Amino acid sequence: MLVIRCPWCGERAESEFNYGGEAGIARPAHPEQLSDEQWGDYLFMRKNPLGLHREQWVHTHGCRRWFVAQRDTRNYTFTSTEPLAAANKEQA
Amino acid sequence: MRNRYSLFSLVRNGLSHNEKWGRAWHSPEPKREYDVVIVGAGGHGLATAYYLAKVHGIRNIAVVEKGWLGGGNTARNTTIVRSNYLWDESAQLYEKAMQLWEGLSQDLNYNVMFSQRGVMNLAHTLQEVRDTQRRINANLYNGVDGEWLSREQIRQQVPLINLDSRYPVLGASFQRRGGVARHDAVAWGFARAADQLGVDIIQNCPVTHIRKKDGAIEGVETGKGFIRAKKVAVVAAGHSSVIADMAGIRLPLESHPLQALVSEPVKPAINTVIMSNAVHAYISQSDKGDLVIGAGIDQYTGYGQRGSFQSIEHTLQAIVEMFPSLSRVRMNRQWGGIVDICPDACPIISKTAIKGLYFNCGWGTGGFKATPGSGWVFAHTIANDEPHPLNAPFSIDRFYSGHLIDEHGAAAVAH
Repeated sequence: MLVIRCPWCGERAESEFNYGGEAGIARPAHPEQLSDEQWGDYLFMRKNPLGLHREQWVHTHGCRRWFVAQRDTRNYTFTSTEPLAAANKEQA
Repeated sequence: MRNRYSLFSLVRNGLSHNEKWGRAWHSPEPKREYDVVIVGAGGHGLATAYYLAKVHGIRNIAVVEKGWLGGGNTARNTTIVRSNYLWDESAQLYEKAMQLWEGLSQDLNYNVMFSQRGVMNLAHTLQEVRDTQRRINANLYNGVDGEWLSREQIRQQVPLINLDSRYPVLGASFQRRGGVARHDAVAWGFARAADQLGVDIIQNCPVTHIRKKDGAIEGVETGKGFIRAKKVAVVAAGHSSVIADMAGIRLPLESHPLQALVSEPVKPAINTVIMSNAVHAYISQSDKGDLVIGAGIDQYTGYGQRGSFQSIEHTLQAIVEMFPSLSRVRMNRQWGGIVDICPDACPIISKTAIKGLYFNCGWGTGGFKATPGSGWVFAHTIANDEPHPLNAPFSIDRFYSGHLIDEHGAAAVAH
């Protein structure tokens, strides 16, 4: 089982968390202007990298807050976790 | 055919103390150029090579594999074969595979130990009963066998099962033609048969880059140098996204660990395959006697070929729920495979935007059962540069057109 550091609650067992997929996928501001390719890309296409992955988790059985983690998909080691707001600000 | 296995060869080799059996396949160095290079020597890749050579007469083929053949998901699944899918597109694809399974050992001259012992899908709620009966009817319309079993009929078939557990079993679907096959033998049988048709199987040869020019494929850079190819077909399962990234195309896949376990060998106790979506686990017993057990994927993505203990615990809780008498059976081995999950839980068997580059991926947790059918339709797609009608609906374009094939849950099991 993974040990995950929640930015608010500290290190907890994986069973308290739920995975939320790739981070940083912003919903397009004007979906009606997108081509089918762009819309399909937004909805379905994923990086799924071998190596560092930025992803979302939620501390379901704890503070119930979402956060963004960076994790190596080869050995499952977390390199960082940070609140969603901070991660989004960084990206913007 | 060289080294044809038969009763005669068994006797002849027995007389020479079994020391003169030849190698089942060669390990050649790669040539500089091939008509088709297949990336990935798992069951699907080797089946593709075999049907390309046998059905389409293309013999100048290499299958390159970064590890050893059949070392990935082909040897990491729970060996279940069935074709009782709800939707027409998937039922027809998996049924094609089922028909090939039924003659596969004879066709390959290799015993894949395909055993049609039946596959039972339990229904635990009224809604599940309705969904299951609907699926059986859909199966019958598609020429796939299926029948409804009452509680009493389930009890007759599987006396060990506890039907009155916390989530009582109300009935089950039963596909008698379903069953299990020996997964290693499937890879080995296809490898040997393809090798005898002139296919080069090159192991320990990772692909490091896909080379393309003016929107067409040129070949693959590998650990053993550049291999030029007219066509490149990628069948890399959990690593499909990694290969796609080399070619600069995006796939809708997420790779997750999927774990499975086998117990210590016990006397024959379970004579069919039993799957439950509600308590979420499936179980069968191998000819050796071990109970083969699996369930769902780990929640996070990853390539580590291992998962979390909590997934194993959930799996075994479900098994003990169905079979309390197994609560003290010890588990012998546990492992993880990396499965490429598609948003609609259906495969992608498709051409791509790059001319001469083909992908067969997204089989997720249910690819083993389709091995021969997958290879058969993919070989057709590669040879003709057009999909076969059976796999046309499984094009990558469906994620842009919106024509998904929504098999999530529809097949009444976690795939």
